Amino acid sequence: MKYQLEIQNITKSYGDLKANDDISLNIKPASIHALLGENGAGKSTLVKVIYGSLQPDSGQMQWCGEEYAPKSPFEAREQGIAMVFQHFSLFESLTVAENIILGLDDIGLDADFTEQITKYSKQYGLDINPQQVVGDLSVGARQRVEIIRCLMQNPKLLIMDEPTSVLTPQEVTDLFVTLKKLAEDGCSILYISHKLEEVRQICSHATILRGGKLVQNCNPQDHSKQELAEMMIGKKLIQLARSNITTGKDIFSINNLSRKSDDMFGVDLHGISLTIKKGSIVGIAGVAGNGQDELMQLLIGEVEAPEETLVFKGEDIGGLNSHQRRQLSMFFIPEERLGHGAVPDMGLNENMLLSRPEKSEMTNYGVINWNNVEKLTQQVIDDFKVQTQSSKMQAKSLSGGNLQKFMVGRELIQNPELLVVAQPTWGVDAGSENNIHQALITLADQGSAILIISQDLDEILTLCEQIHVLSEGSLSAAVDMEDDGLEKISNLMLGSEQQ
Amino acid sequence: MIRLIPRNEPSKAMIFLSPLLALALTALTAFFIFTFILTDIEVSSVFFTLFVEPLIDTYYISELLVKAAPLIMIALGLSIGFRAGVWNIGAEGQYVIGGITGGAVGLYFYNVEGFWLIPLMSIAAILGGMFYAGIAAFLKTKYQVNEILVTLMLTYVAVLFLSAMLQGPMRNPSGFNFPESRLFHDSALLPIIWQGTRLNVGLVVAIMLSFLTWFGIKKHLSGLQIKISGSAPRAAKFAGFDDKKTIWFSLLISGGVAGLAGLFEAIGPAGQITPGLPQFYGFTAIIVAFLARLHPIAIIFSSLLIALTYLGGENVQIYFNLPSSITNIFQGMLLFYFLACDILIQYKIVFFKTIRQRL
Repeated sequence: MKYQLEIQNITKSYGDLKANDDISLNIKPASIHALLGENGAGKSTLVKVIYGSLQPDSGQMQWCGEEYAPKSPFEAREQGIAMVFQHFSLFESLTVAENIILGLDDIGLDADFTEQITKYSKQYGLDINPQQVVGDLSVGARQRVEIIRCLMQNPKLLIMDEPTSVLTPQEVTDLFVTLKKLAEDGCSILYISHKLEEVRQICSHATILRGGKLVQNCNPQDHSKQELAEMMIGKKLIQLARSNITTGKDIFSINNLSRKSDDMFGVDLHGISLTIKKGSIVGIAGVAGNGQDELMQLLIGEVEAPEETLVFKGEDIGGLNSHQRRQLSMFFIPEERLGHGAVPDMGLNENMLLSRPEKSEMTNYGVINWNNVEKLTQQVIDDFKVQTQSSKMQAKSLSGGNLQKFMVGRELIQNPELLVVAQPTWGVDAGSENNIHQALITLADQGSAILIISQDLDEILTLCEQIHVLSEGSLSAAVDMEDDGLEKISNLMLGSEQQ
Repeated sequence: MIRLIPRNEPSKAMIFLSPLLALALTALTAFFIFTFILTDIEVSSVFFTLFVEPLIDTYYISELLVKAAPLIMIALGLSIGFRAGVWNIGAEGQYVIGGITGGAVGLYFYNVEGFWLIPLMSIAAILGGMFYAGIAAFLKTKYQVNEILVTLMLTYVAVLFLSAMLQGPMRNPSGFNFPESRLFHDSALLPIIWQGTRLNVGLVVAIMLSFLTWFGIKKHLSGLQIKISGSAPRAAKFAGFDDKKTIWFSLLISGGVAGLAGLFEAIGPAGQITPGLPQFYGFTAIIVAFLARLHPIAIIFSSLLIALTYLGGENVQIYFNLPSSITNIFQGMLLFYFLACDILIQYKIVFFKTIRQRL
């Protein structure tokens, strides 16, 4: 048997759209094979075809050298194909062992079941306690539960969809050890990701898709990260660089900000302090759920901050609401696009009105000047190359990347002196990510200050000259990036080191 | 197997077709009720009395408009709150209180003439309605008490308060102890705009309010605020809109307008305050608002439709001895079918063969 899975000329259309157009690839036994591509490139369609939840219009597959055309995921699993989804399907109130049993076909509960779990967990370095309730587990541990659940079926091919997007750097390293061990033991892995550095690190083969078509089958280690990215998006990336970092006076400071969360499951913030100078880009790294949402709410003004804890241009802004802050030239881009930064079923022009200073050309004593709103919306659409049929399209009809471009543009068009942005490129394809990063750098080069709160460490490292880490509601001091800065950040993210 | 599949974009055709479909389904259901349950009457003549007769006689047309006016006003106020996700179910109570406070001013000046009297009474009625709805706003913003319960229960309090007033301070001194107020004098009565009928300027005010509301929703930030608070509360905060203000605003507006409608009923068709002042308009207006999909101009038309079921219902009661709850059945069916048909705007029906699928 030369190949574990051979895919030949798969085509799948939705109406006029060819989601997969004549795609062929071969997965070798015991290899880690990357499937690369931007959002909408056809990755998920191809995976669904392999996993049996979609049937192709044409093309064939061979599994272990034999004809393979699964009609359902059930058939795929019987053949030995397992999948770990990006969104876990675990019951929080049940224990690890109970969750694993529930996910298995035709396996009854017997006495040495937990023993088996422990066996797998030891064998592959998947540290897990079968008796623990899933609700108490970290995201990384939940992923381990999903992986063990797949391993119980003795798969020959394991499909992993964006497995590292929720993990800390340390957890990523641990996962890679597990994956390599699995591959050595003969299980092939199809690894879907758009994190190119990781792919280069662990994958020996890569298939790159773009717009439903196959771009190339290659060895990712033979290509630079940049080359891979350019194959994915089909055009040259702009080289990112600050042209001149000239930082000026302090413009914004957070002074010993503590706040107990209103939400039962929220994170309390403890003594957060931070200073931002004009013209600088400051990054707050950290795994989601460590107080990012709570901090963002305080910065936007959705929740009132204690006195003198937020000072912008010498003024205490803790009690101001968002459009009063905007009037002082402080603007915001929240992480969640639909429902927070934009209203899903309103047009872009109406959404334009969400972010407006107290005195704006868009309104006059509360009466909306739709002509001006229209003009500004059109300007954002043109300047930031937002792909939309018109300014009246509903926000939810835009792709994530396009809506993010609109939201970034909406704030930048106001020339903010301070821009606070959470996850600027979350779920955005590589081309848009590049554009958004470039826009932020240009803004800072013009002398504005930017505060970025992001889980994406690469992004923070690329853009920011001052980096803090948020962990369990506490903010570290700026990390000295000389000697082993990355390791320091990683430790801070895990909360194992206090600085 | 039949399945509902989400459409890629809302169907424009269905936005217009679904009300017609709902009407057709209502008529069809009514046909079955009349044919199979009430077998001893002729279906066609009942339908004629219900839906056609009120539209071919000038008296009925004027009465249709008289009934539509308060429905328009109350539904407008409610639609603002419903857009914001503030559920004022007790417009009936605010209507009664407005009738009492506005009417009290008129009765106090019962021997004074003046063009200023009706405006003064109107202000009193609006304030009365606002105060009554404001109780719910206060409890909701201060203690997170559900406004549906507060407004609904206060309705019963208002009706009891009305009868207390009519047996006490507001009772007509020369009215043989009937629990009714004095008849309003000419200065306190709404001018008639169609001679020989009961149609008064209330209708003009209602239509003007419709256009005013339309302007507010389309052109003013407060309209945007209300829309966003209802559909995306986090985005409303992002935009700097205060959710407590939205609650106060929508309850005060709907309470004020309902209060004014209550006064207009008392100094319009009724001519005095009687225990019969509450006529379920406050509840029916909820149906009106939803039939109009909360659109201020469409509310005018849905009010007329609902007013028609009132008149038609009364007529079949008189001519065929059918119970007056026929009206309620029609209103209920209309709303039910309308809401059900509206799902076709976002979804389409697909028929396909069953495939055994395991995930």
